[in-house]
Amino acid sequence: MTVASLPFVLRSLLRDLKSGELAVLLLALLVAVASLTAVGFFTDRVGRAVTQQAGEVLAADLRLESARPIDEAYDAEAVGRGLEVARILSMPSVVFHGEDSSLVALRAVGEGYPLRGRLKIADEPFGPARPTDGIPAPGEAWADSRLLARLGVPVGATLAVGAHTLRVTQVLDYRPDQGAGFSDLSATLMINLADVPATELIQPGSRVSRAVLFAGAVADVAAFRDQLKATKQPGERLQAIEDASPQIRASSDRAGRFLSLASLVSVLLSAVAVAMAARRYAARHLDTVALMKCMGASQGFVLRQTVLQLVAVAVLVTFVGTAVGYLAQAGLAWLLRDLIRSDLPPPGVATAGLGFVTSVTILVGFALPPLLQLKRVPPARVLRRNLEPPPLRYAAVYVFAIGAVLALLYWLVRDPRLVTVVAAGIGGTFLALAAAGWLLVKALAPLRRGVGVAWRYGLANIARRGRDSVVQIVAFGLGLMVLLLLALVRDDLLRDWRASLPEDAPNYFMINIRPDEGDAVREFFRERGLPPTDLVPLVRARLTAINDVPVDRIRFEGDRAQGFVEREANLTWARTLRDDNRLVSGTWWTDGDDGSPRVSVEQEYADRLGLKLGDTVTYDVAGEPVTATITSLREVRWDSFQPNFFMVFSPGVLDDVTGTLITSVHVEPGQRPALVDLVRRFPEVTIIDLDALLSQVRDVMDKAALAVQYVFLFTLAAGLMVLLAAVQATRDERRYESAMLRTLGASRRVVFQGVAAEFTALGLLSGLLAAAGATVVGYFLAREVFNLEYSPDPWVWVIGIVGGALLVGVAGVLAARSVVTQPPAATLRQAQ
Amino acid sequence: MGKQVSSPEGTLAILSDVSIGIARGETVAVMGASGAGKSTLLALLAGLDEPTSGTVCLAGSDLTTLDEDGRAAVRARHVGFVFQSFHLVPSLTALENVMLPLELARRRDARGAALEVLGRVGLAGRVGHYPRQLSGGEQQRVAIARAFVTRPDVLFADEPTGNLDAVTGERIMELLFGLNAETGATLVLVTHDQALAARCGRVIRLDAGRVVGS
Repeated sequence: MTVASLPFVLRSLLRDLKSGELAVLLLALLVAVASLTAVGFFTDRVGRAVTQQAGEVLAADLRLESARPIDEAYDAEAVGRGLEVARILSMPSVVFHGEDSSLVALRAVGEGYPLRGRLKIADEPFGPARPTDGIPAPGEAWADSRLLARLGVPVGATLAVGAHTLRVTQVLDYRPDQGAGFSDLSATLMINLADVPATELIQPGSRVSRAVLFAGAVADVAAFRDQLKATKQPGERLQAIEDASPQIRASSDRAGRFLSLASLVSVLLSAVAVAMAARRYAARHLDTVALMKCMGASQGFVLRQTVLQLVAVAVLVTFVGTAVGYLAQAGLAWLLRDLIRSDLPPPGVATAGLGFVTSVTILVGFALPPLLQLKRVPPARVLRRNLEPPPLRYAAVYVFAIGAVLALLYWLVRDPRLVTVVAAGIGGTFLALAAAGWLLVKALAPLRRGVGVAWRYGLANIARRGRDSVVQIVAFGLGLMVLLLLALVRDDLLRDWRASLPEDAPNYFMINIRPDEGDAVREFFRERGLPPTDLVPLVRARLTAINDVPVDRIRFEGDRAQGFVEREANLTWARTLRDDNRLVSGTWWTDGDDGSPRVSVEQEYADRLGLKLGDTVTYDVAGEPVTATITSLREVRWDSFQPNFFMVFSPGVLDDVTGTLITSVHVEPGQRPALVDLVRRFPEVTIIDLDALLSQVRDVMDKAALAVQYVFLFTLAAGLMVLLAAVQATRDERRYESAMLRTLGASRRVVFQGVAAEFTALGLLSGLLAAAGATVVGYFLAREVFNLEYSPDPWVWVIGIVGGALLVGVAGVLAARSVVTQPPAATLRQAQ
Repeated sequence: MGKQVSSPEGTLAILSDVSIGIARGETVAVMGASGAGKSTLLALLAGLDEPTSGTVCLAGSDLTTLDEDGRAAVRARHVGFVFQSFHLVPSLTALENVMLPLELARRRDARGAALEVLGRVGLAGRVGHYPRQLSGGEQQRVAIARAFVTRPDVLFADEPTGNLDAVTGERIMELLFGLNAETGATLVLVTHDQALAARCGRVIRLDAGRVVGS
């Protein structure tokens, strides 16, 4: 008699499912599982794409990169060792079709490219792709679909690239070394390496990246790699497959982790709904369990029955929730289809494990404690209904819940420090919102005096169910707040930032201007009525030592600092401090200082690299070491769109080094033809359209925001679950109240209006909280992060409050409808 | 045996020095005013509660030496219950309610046995109905079927007609005594109803927690 039999448990579960007792618990759990697995499946697919393409990311086994021409002796040596060799060159450039222009990543490839992986091409933009073993023939170009779309031209059109004209013969769909993560901003134009001289784009100091690719047998490649490591020149970077993939993996992992944390908010709210539903389930089953004990069921039987039921629920929800998550991830992949430029492989089954872990964790942390109470129901309750199990120990409940959340968090991010930070952040946010929600509920009290009976009844209900009301306000407020932030405040910030820029802020950058053509360019500007412009010298160099310690012996904190050191740096020199720069410490040089090597460093750059006043930095400038002492730190207003630099040297240090000139200029729409003429006359000059660049950045931001919004839709669904759980928890109470009110003469309409008033008021409060939260966060972002004067958007309040009232009002009334419409006689008879 | 509980006003004696013996097959009524301790006595006799002093023996087992699970096992083997407020599980049909004790005992053919007893109490046509779809009398008949389906040695009934009108109550008692006579079970019946008590072989009267007549 005391052994739990699985068939009995399953039958009881089926009965509970049929009677709807478990509906809210199941739905809430479903939302949690679906939200985490949707993100899980998606990031798994991106991760798999990265892994699958790890062998291809270099398009070779070994890749030697440099900003300067690479000695052809390497090629001969490699061929001698039986390796395959191919050369490529890439640089940012602008292509023209008539007067339309677009920024491109120009990639010139030589015979044999790619040595690993295959190119894919298509006959029309966004058309079906097929692999190919060829490369563009001389005089031809293969263009990215995005480029053709941007210029509005078909395959077969001719594009001007520098001084050369090329015909687009294919659409480039995929190249192995494009990176499998989130793509860069510019569209690719692939041309034959043999066409590069005719474009006249390559000049001393141009921003060109060159690479030699090698592939062959593993042992040959390894031996050659060792030799290259020993003999490569400064500025030459050697990449093997094992170096390349972790970086890409890290960036896609970071994006995935962010989305997972976003979906964790829905999981937490769902967990709250699960706890509420489990409490109600336990309360409704006290009598049944007492009866079963009366008939001889042992405590162990009740415990096993409870646990087995939870396991069955977990299995059921894992299957259904994971299926929903799988469908939802397809939506996420579709939203981000432009950003992920490779075919995503199908996700693995491991994510289904995530679904199971989620449901078990939530059930153990949030549903088990109230259900465990059932075990302790005294059997004598069958005779005296006032006998209750010993009260829940809240400390134990919280330990379970917090433990479950931390476990889930750790499972998602696998980084104890991040777990601490995120847990503190989430905890703090919830507490702040709960405190605000509690204040709002309290603030309703005085309003009850001045309103009609329906509203008084509704507002009284909110106050009476204080704790549940706060939970609902927080649940909805949080979901709405994030959506408002992403949908409205983000736009407002961008608009405020644009408004903060002067009308005549430069909208074009021009780089790669040869110093000997500086005067001619200035003259061209004057002739064509463009504003006079400063041509600023730019010298490319590599940081080799700080305080005479070689940089490869220094450990830098963070990827960004490491990146600063590995990349070639842009240096300049200036006699005077620019208007958009401000000294924060040290002194600027005076005329008498000429010749003594000094350098002024941008503050944030100095912080990243750990540089301070008095330190010396050594750069390799065209093979010559140049050492300078840091004499000042500067703050730079980057959004002046003037040519600004992290490192500004004093005059007399870099003056004789051959570099290029750079400038930025404001061009009115009517003056654009002048730019076409400029490029025709000075083909090596690269023009960067800032408007186009900004709109591309914005496009990426929009898509990313859309994806995050999509994930936060689950948060609203979770909020809905909290509401349903709260309505369900008060169902018996509401049914009885409504019957009493109607017995006392209230019409069904009045009772209905009371319920509508209650939920509309709850929605108003959620919306108010959401709008206030979004405004505060927006204000903080504007002031502290973007240095802007933030002008609050009244629409945030209108949409927040009206949207909240409608959403919660309608959902609440729908959920509580059946309770109100039941005939009072039936209710009162049942209550006897 | 005795039963005391602590309350804000101090210790409260609900039952004091109660000593009774009930033989196999006997029918006993427990009577007394409200608060006399009738329900507490029933709970102690059935092992639903523990006395604070003394011992309770049921079907040869000393309940006071057993823990809650041990007492549950004794109930499972020997005891059936009928309550004033029926105590049917609202989410189960009449048939499922009657099957419940058999399922808990993992008895085969729970369904067949339950259908048979439901037929005996005249509810063969309503086996698929939920408690809310049944009248009070019908609900109590389901409860009686549930009590007898395990063929218990002892049947405890707590004011089984308390929630029913006189005519229905009379029919229910006919059914209860009829089935009891058939099975030869010991019947312990808590009631206010003199007429009902008169049908039992013996009446135990309680007043303020003490036995004042037997």
